[in-house]
Amino acid sequence: MPREGILIDTPFERMTKEQVEKIHQASMEILSDPGLICFNQRAAEMFNSNGAQVTPVSPSDHPCWLVKIPEKLVLDALDNAPKTVKLGARNPHNSLIMKGEEPRVFFITGSETNIWLDVEFPTYIKKSDPDTEIMVPEFKPRRGTVADLCQSAHVCEHLETLDGYIRTVNIQDKDITEDNKDVNKFFASLNNTTKHVMSGLTSLSQLDNVVNMAKLIVGGEEELKANPIISFITCLVKSPLQFVDDTTETFIEICRRALPIVVSSSPQAGSTAPIKEAGIMAQINAEVLAGITLSQLVNNGTPVIYGSVPVRARMDTLGDSYGAVETSQYNIDCVQMARFYKLPNYSTSGVCDTKTPGTQASVERLFSDILITLSGPQYLHCAYGLLDCNSVFCLLQAVLDDAHFQMIRFFLRPPRINETEIAETLKQIREVAATPQKLYISYIRRVMRSGELSAPYPFEGDGEADNVFALAYQKMQQLLSKPVEHIDQATTSKIFREIPGILPRLNVYEEGR
Amino acid sequence: MSEDIITLLKENVIQGRKTQDDEGIDEELTGPGVVELTQSALDHDISPAVIIKQGLTAGMQVVGEKFSTREYFIPDMLASAEAVGAAMDILKPLLEASNVETKGKFAIVTVKGDIHDIGKNIVAILLKGAGYEVNDLGTDVPTEKIVEIVREYKPDYLGLSALLTTTMVAMGEVIEALKEKGLRDKVKVLIGGAAVSNEYAKEIGADAYCVDGFEAIRVLDACQEAKA
Repeated sequence: MPREGILIDTPFERMTKEQVEKIHQASMEILSDPGLICFNQRAAEMFNSNGAQVTPVSPSDHPCWLVKIPEKLVLDALDNAPKTVKLGARNPHNSLIMKGEEPRVFFITGSETNIWLDVEFPTYIKKSDPDTEIMVPEFKPRRGTVADLCQSAHVCEHLETLDGYIRTVNIQDKDITEDNKDVNKFFASLNNTTKHVMSGLTSLSQLDNVVNMAKLIVGGEEELKANPIISFITCLVKSPLQFVDDTTETFIEICRRALPIVVSSSPQAGSTAPIKEAGIMAQINAEVLAGITLSQLVNNGTPVIYGSVPVRARMDTLGDSYGAVETSQYNIDCVQMARFYKLPNYSTSGVCDTKTPGTQASVERLFSDILITLSGPQYLHCAYGLLDCNSVFCLLQAVLDDAHFQMIRFFLRPPRINETEIAETLKQIREVAATPQKLYISYIRRVMRSGELSAPYPFEGDGEADNVFALAYQKMQQLLSKPVEHIDQATTSKIFREIPGILPRLNVYEEGR
Repeated sequence: MSEDIITLLKENVIQGRKTQDDEGIDEELTGPGVVELTQSALDHDISPAVIIKQGLTAGMQVVGEKFSTREYFIPDMLASAEAVGAAMDILKPLLEASNVETKGKFAIVTVKGDIHDIGKNIVAILLKGAGYEVNDLGTDVPTEKIVEIVREYKPDYLGLSALLTTTMVAMGEVIEALKEKGLRDKVKVLIGGAAVSNEYAKEIGADAYCVDGFEAIRVLDACQEAKA
């Protein structure tokens, strides 16, 4: 049985059907006029040979083409794209089945950050009362390493609300190069979680090594097709409306191998997209549809996911503002668009503007996490542990986020109102009404132990003390001390023999060190 | 046989099964509950003292330990206390006939103008389960009636409860009335409820403020120990 995620009975939607249609039509117009600038020759040729109007752009520093995509080409691609996409997992019970029409949600980590945030708890003494000591968390940023990535995957394996894993930290060890980064980040992730692993690809030269590693883990090519334990995410379209050469090349090669892939676009309302909702929605939808069209031209039936990471610009810096309310609105609109096309969606929530865990982080995260979850976005990249937009990952924050998602998951349980419940309730009320104390407490116990009651916030301190961070840190240490089901020794040996570039220190069986 | 009954009685106290119809925590535990087992113990000539000490009190001790380790929660504690209270009702005539005293007499009320009684009821259940003889006078009880009860019933302890800031003043009036009638030194007055505090207890001259029923047990047990 794959993971169930949560089915949202009545998804929260902002746009009317007419507004969805209007965005769709506007996107179709954008695709045909002005069209997209394409810096990738193969893509331009494919569009050209399939009926798009393709003309060289000159003069230009780099060869590029103006691609005007007719509506029919897009609609054919939308017809051909699979409406159900399976994301497999080392443990098949952790697989995710995503049906485009279904408002279901799976909670996923991500994205890749450069900075890893350590936490320490130094003790401070109160000046006016030296007997009073308090521990205050201190956050220390540093560059992420492959050991951090292993640790993050390890903890995420044990976070019960998490359904899948997108690598959380960019590995920047001295012995990591452009040529061995991909195999190391995929191996570090796959070896420390049995959940689905999604990542971007740093170097196209490593695609086959990564795919072969996955084949070795699952037992072969057919097995990987049946259980795609890895998938990819690509931002092939840079906003506004430009196919990037190298990412598009990578995208084409992944599509050729028929592995699941997210077509992601991340325009910023105000700078790389219009500031108004209609504008950014029409543009992001056009950009994603352009990618989806290409995926089906490359390989009819490529399992493609409608990816959306729209964001509003901050007015003070023109940087990204993931904490802005509009960012959540755009994301929910994108969920609606994906469902309109019956395609599985990759959506974004929980990314916050603040740099360290704390009140602002909780407010920003919970706001978007709750609202976007309610829209039923399928694959929700909800940014466990992510801070400072996409720059910082803090494992402690990921543990805090798990507590938020436990509450959200509980909230989304369907109402338990039926004949049996009503009959039982009436009996209870009559019984209690006849007692002198008129208390229902004696009926709590069975319910309390059946899991029907939500748990209290797990990091609640005693009295007025705020021990949230210290308690979450304890939980994090507990999770790290729990064992992880690594890839077995025989397969690990094979991987290290056949896949070049994996750091020997990642071999948990200590072979070849 | 006697040992079996006492062992079962203790287990049913731990499980909070007042009667045979009640569910405990362990679904496999069925059959007679605390009420039936107490009666059965008496039928087998087991003395009330043994029933209380080895069955009821021993069971409550385990419940207390489980509560302190957070294996049990307040509903569990109350279920066990209620079961013990029901057993004490059965044993009471026998204890009186043999001049065995309870731990102490405790009268509890929600003061005039206040009808909130959840906290008061919980305190009553817990204290009864802890072996005190509890007289629950109800809610919105006029000061004069409380004074009257103290005179007639002669409780060792009087618990006053109020939820509202507008009604808590009645607590001070009760204490003043007890003083006027020369009864203040006959009874220890404990106050509790969301509106009151330790400071308020001192202000009106109460003997103690109890934040909850467990605190009430601690306060009363400490008083009993001091008496002994």
